[in-house]
Amino acid sequence: MKFSRFGSAAAIIAAGALVLTGCSGGGSSSESTSSASSVITTNGSEPESGLIPSDTNEVGGGKIIDEVFAGLRYYAADGKPVDDLAESIDTDDSTTFTIKIKADQKFTNGDPVTSDSFVMAWQDAVVNLRKNASFFADVEGYNEDGQPLTGLSVVDDTTFTVKLSAPASDFPLRLGYSAFYPLPAAAFDAAGKVTDEFGQNPIGNGPYKVDGDKAWKHNESIKLVKNDEYKGGREAKNGGLTITFYKDFDSAYADLLSGNLDVLDQIPDSALSTYQDDLGDRAVNQPAAVFQSFTIPSRLPHFSGEEGQLRRQAISYAINREEITKVIFNGTRTPATDFTSPVIDGYSKDIEGNDVLKYNEKKAKELWAEADAISPWDGSFQIAYNADGPHQAWVDAVTNGIKNVLGIESSGVPVAVFGDFRAGITNRSIETAFRSGWQADYPGLYNFLAPLYATGASSNDGDYSSPEFDKLLSEGSSETDLDAANKKFQDAQAVLFKDLPAIPLWYQNVSGGFGEGVQNVEFGWNSVPLYYEITK
Amino acid sequence: MGGYILRRVLQAIPVLLGTTFLIYFMVFALPGDPVLALFGDKTPSAAQIAQLNAEYNLDKPFIVQYFLYLGGIFTGDLGTSFSGQPVSEILAQAFPVTLRLAVIAVFFEMVAGITIGLISGIRKGGIFDASFLVVSLILISLPVFVIAFVAQYVFGIQLGWFRPTVGPGAPIQDLLLPALVLATISFAQIVRLTRSSVIETQSLDFVRTAYSKGLSRRRVIPVHILRNSLIPVVTYLAVDFGVLIVGATVTEGIFNVPGVGRTLYQAILRGEGPTVVSFVTVMVLFYLIINLVIDLFYAVLDPRIRYVK
Repeated sequence: MKFSRFGSAAAIIAAGALVLTGCSGGGSSSESTSSASSVITTNGSEPESGLIPSDTNEVGGGKIIDEVFAGLRYYAADGKPVDDLAESIDTDDSTTFTIKIKADQKFTNGDPVTSDSFVMAWQDAVVNLRKNASFFADVEGYNEDGQPLTGLSVVDDTTFTVKLSAPASDFPLRLGYSAFYPLPAAAFDAAGKVTDEFGQNPIGNGPYKVDGDKAWKHNESIKLVKNDEYKGGREAKNGGLTITFYKDFDSAYADLLSGNLDVLDQIPDSALSTYQDDLGDRAVNQPAAVFQSFTIPSRLPHFSGEEGQLRRQAISYAINREEITKVIFNGTRTPATDFTSPVIDGYSKDIEGNDVLKYNEKKAKELWAEADAISPWDGSFQIAYNADGPHQAWVDAVTNGIKNVLGIESSGVPVAVFGDFRAGITNRSIETAFRSGWQADYPGLYNFLAPLYATGASSNDGDYSSPEFDKLLSEGSSETDLDAANKKFQDAQAVLFKDLPAIPLWYQNVSGGFGEGVQNVEFGWNSVPLYYEITK
Repeated sequence: MGGYILRRVLQAIPVLLGTTFLIYFMVFALPGDPVLALFGDKTPSAAQIAQLNAEYNLDKPFIVQYFLYLGGIFTGDLGTSFSGQPVSEILAQAFPVTLRLAVIAVFFEMVAGITIGLISGIRKGGIFDASFLVVSLILISLPVFVIAFVAQYVFGIQLGWFRPTVGPGAPIQDLLLPALVLATISFAQIVRLTRSSVIETQSLDFVRTAYSKGLSRRRVIPVHILRNSLIPVVTYLAVDFGVLIVGATVTEGIFNVPGVGRTLYQAILRGEGPTVVSFVTVMVLFYLIINLVIDLFYAVLDPRIRYVK
């Protein structure tokens, strides 16, 4: 154990210092030979299940699936649907749809894209209780017991029909959502169930394909390369896409600043006030189809009937949305003017009753006093939220505002983990108001309204029920003209503005950025960049 | 010596079993439903919940789940994460990265910390000693994430000497910055620990004897003083290595290191029981092994310590 401590220690430190300065690994510049072969790097998160389209309902997996698969339609940047594999989608009554797909389309393993590719995939979603099964709820024969749909039938290799159990005017609009993607024959086992192995190495037909068998490095990244056989409207102008999974956006932002990341689709809260200066015209801040609110369940004391209406409106008038979005969010949220989102076709900022969304101290106090005359208020108004998300700041701001204007006790209630928060909401054991929100699955007004506020709907967590609202919704669904339908949906929102089952707060903008030399970055309606257009 | 090692190994088994049981119980007792969390703001149907519960064995009583898991260990099946990856693969991916990070960090803090601590101790009261006391005080009082963010910003983004995050495959050069950050606070502790240990040893009789025998400082300092001062330092290093393996979650998040801390944190948030328990079990195993190795190392450092009767 004999060695000269000083001499060798000094030598080691000196050598270490030399190694450190020598290894300047920073700023690894990307290969930029020509646009066609350049690979775009972007951020993502580890998918929460295997990469099966009907089983993926979160952005981590959704981002990958949208690039690897192509369905009947896709959405342009402004949310308008464009036919992708669909040749035509015809209907006379918004109830039975005849869908023809383009001929000679193939998956990357050579399997042809046929009507069966769609029908088998959709049946698997319902029979095997995939997470997106509820998207087929309007199809005839939908059930939650694992029985196949009866409303799907194959006419020939390129034609199939879909029969709904009730008219739905925006059904063709929904067909761009990932739950409706086709799957190759290789995905299914003998019983017609999509295999787990397929979910680890999906074979698709979209603008990109996975780069070999081990392209998905769990918790680290996934590499996609351009699929040369895809010839639809989303043909990739770059050579591939590498999605790196980050735990939080701070590290992704550090990578963007140092040139190691090409496109970032969310700026961390810590950088919201500086990113526009840091990035200049490489910063992105535009409205997106994400709606934020908080829900007051109808079973809460003092919040039902006429008293409830007065109190809800008073609370809504008491919130200064302009100030909160400016101060806390640095302008990356837009105060809400309805229950949907400004990027959706059919959005209107003039819906009757929406002045409850403007800050008005006098009206707030008036309405609250009127409610007190019916039954005096007692207790504290609380809003629950999940503490593992970035909500504390705004919940505190909102409840403080309510406290100051209405003169009542009001505060936020943090719940430790998201799973816990959802459990309380789902089994109706939560006893306060709670934050809520909605990210549109497809760019349609109906998607913001039906799942949340229709009687008994799957995401109607506040148990709101209004026959008038339900009637307007189904009238809108039965229209065959989308504009007429949208008018009905706007009228339905006027009902919501009277009852306020949830108090709309703001729309979440997409805030992002891209690196130097990266071009053609456009964000789609769903806050995800249109990767296939990006070049550098 | 062999008997001692065998006894320690046998002692480790009940510790491992007890810890896995405790952790499994704690994950089970955590409030919140991981299956509901998988659906985000939407609510799944009763049938969907039932199917997922059956798939992940979440519908069985706790004891059954635990024994199913234990049984799985013997066949090498530690369960699967929600995204379909076998937990054994997750372990095999995350641990080597954190191991590399920990080794580099321990190497830095050992070499730099012991050297500086030694010099401070020998030249007690001098400029070198005073300045390093102040430096180490500052470093100890700074929270690690402050050091991490500042280092990332200054050295990663502004100066560009390092990559601000760890790139794919976690190559060693990318791990240098996070390792340095992790090492800073421990480095400060080791400087102080070594220094006080050296000061104490210096005043002992045998050191005076060595000097009066005519031995040079070059011989006395490393062989007599340092070697006898190292026991507390080595203990600290062992504990620190264990802490680093357990995963410096915050630093790993900041530098996006695909290591144990980050993976474990996400598994806890999602409520993935098998992943959490498997990780913790391996960590406990590591800790036990490191402790055993260090205990044996004491015998090398100090011949007075014997494990044989």
